[in-house]
Amino acid sequence: MTQTQAHRATAAPPAPLEASRPSRANTAFAGVSTTAAVVILVVLAAVASFLLVEAWPAITDTATLNKNVTWIRPEQGQSLMEITGYLLFGTLLISAIALLIATPLSIGIALFISHYAPRRLAAGLGYLIDLLAAIPSVVYGLWGAIVFVPALRPFFAWLTNTFGWFPLFAPDPATGTASPTGRVALAAGIVLAIMIIPIITAVTREVFLQTPKLHEEAALAMGATRWEMVRMAVFPFARSGIIGATMLGLGRALGETMAVYMILSGGLTYSWGILQSGKHDTVAAYIASQFPEANNWGVSALIAMGLALFIITLLVNMLARWIVSRRAEFSGAN
Amino acid sequence: MAVTDSTTLGQLSASRRLKNASATVMVTAAFGLALVPLVWLGWTVISKGIDRFFVDSNGEHNFNLDFLQQSMRGVVGGVPTGGALHAIWGTVLITLTTALISVPIGVLAAIYLVEYGRGHVKRAVTFFVDVMTGIPSIVAGLFAYALAAVIMGPGTKTGFVGAIALSVLMIPVVVRASEEMLRLVPNELREASYALGVPKWLTVIKVVLRTAVAGLATAVTLAIARVIGETAPLLIAVGFADSMNLNIFDGRMMTLPVYIVSEWRKGEAVCNDPSVPCIPEITEYRAWAAALVLILIVMALNLVARLISRLFAPKTGR
Repeated sequence: MTQTQAHRATAAPPAPLEASRPSRANTAFAGVSTTAAVVILVVLAAVASFLLVEAWPAITDTATLNKNVTWIRPEQGQSLMEITGYLLFGTLLISAIALLIATPLSIGIALFISHYAPRRLAAGLGYLIDLLAAIPSVVYGLWGAIVFVPALRPFFAWLTNTFGWFPLFAPDPATGTASPTGRVALAAGIVLAIMIIPIITAVTREVFLQTPKLHEEAALAMGATRWEMVRMAVFPFARSGIIGATMLGLGRALGETMAVYMILSGGLTYSWGILQSGKHDTVAAYIASQFPEANNWGVSALIAMGLALFIITLLVNMLARWIVSRRAEFSGAN
Repeated sequence: MAVTDSTTLGQLSASRRLKNASATVMVTAAFGLALVPLVWLGWTVISKGIDRFFVDSNGEHNFNLDFLQQSMRGVVGGVPTGGALHAIWGTVLITLTTALISVPIGVLAAIYLVEYGRGHVKRAVTFFVDVMTGIPSIVAGLFAYALAAVIMGPGTKTGFVGAIALSVLMIPVVVRASEEMLRLVPNELREASYALGVPKWLTVIKVVLRTAVAGLATAVTLAIARVIGETAPLLIAVGFADSMNLNIFDGRMMTLPVYIVSEWRKGEAVCNDPSVPCIPEITEYRAWAAALVLILIVMALNLVARLISRLFAPKTGR
């Protein structure tokens, strides 16, 4: 009897504990993980608001800003707004070059991995492309500045000599040749293209792999060649995925700093001559180059530029995500 | 025999065959072209990165590890000394702090998304995590700088501010990857746990997390590999330093990526005094050596991630 009592004494207490404690622990744990999720939303809001707070003086008090920052020269057409305009133009131009090079290549690479390479090799080959994404951008910058751009110089010279009549490849009016340093918008665009290829490839590859097998087999059964099958079954299915992937690449290209900073010889103009140095600069590279020596007002002006870049990349990324997510709904194949 | 090259559909016309063949060639060429920069860059970093290790303090050609044992304190001009010890320490400390901030937030947010999330909040978090992956790294740096300026006064640059900047970049990566890992845990395991009367929070901790732990470790390692090479945010939020600083809450620090930029910016050194050992290209040697160390760290992290996921993958018995 004592034994059963003792037994009950040890067995009974946990029961109410189990009943009350878990529910409290349950809510606590749910609360903690919900908080972590909400923290992410708060951080995003904080990024926008702290940038706005620090940029506010530069945006509102233009007179003091112009007096205190040496590189803002309104009388030479370089007020904060005008500089940002030049920089946004340069950013868009260089990103466009990068996209024009990277998108077709990435589609080809993704297609190779998903539909052309032997199946046993495919995963390993995909890993090779992912390695490109693992290399830090500063190493791309160093390689670009010291090795790659000098190697490109003869190509640039040939481009100007052969296609100089075309405005994009026009020679420098002052010298009549391509830039001798090679530190031009096209060089930065090519290096950026190398950096965004793995991003575009990764998303495109996933979409290509999701093409319904039945569509592919149906096309092949009709006597289509492999290329015709890709055009009839894979591309229509993947179109929005490709667009979304390209825009993700664009988002990365817009914000890339170090590679552009180390490769491009900067300047503020609205020039289309992508083989002329000292004509373009990007927002991110300009911020990186001016920031270390900037005073309080200079920092405020640079943060205002950063805010503009933030808003633009945010819009591009939101659009990209929306397009990619729409694919899931419209593919009624499975 | 005679029918082997023609099917019931008839023979392929020459133009179709040509198009098919040229598409195959172009697709393969695109892949080959992408490997060119990978191989070229890899070879350059290795061959130029070892130069610094073959220059001793007298300027002689001897193998030594000075680069990994010295800081840049008091190193001027073309003196063939000076290393990246302070930068390696800075990178390690700042990255560890970043991981300490980002991993709990990221994993818990992923748990929320997989186990608890529902309705508008879940959709908003998913969407904005995706959007957050696209924040330009320099904007993250500006944000951390602005935050420190508002809270601790303008011009505050410390390792911790840099860790905040990197966390903004790392959290979404951790969430994305951990979410995928948690989704791989089969629902039967959760249901079996509930059937035994285990409350939900213990099920998440003892069953879901324990099953997914290898995947989570892989995800975290890959996320660390991603942020360890970030330069722009650290340039803005942490700045430069020439000597050792092991206190992330006080003063500027050097990190490996910023070290590469700062050595590269110095350009060729000027050698005037023949009595002092001096190498004009020493700054470039240091930059490449730091790039080699950085890439080796990133590759090692990637390798570790792969090993973890292979060795500790849950045994499903299927």
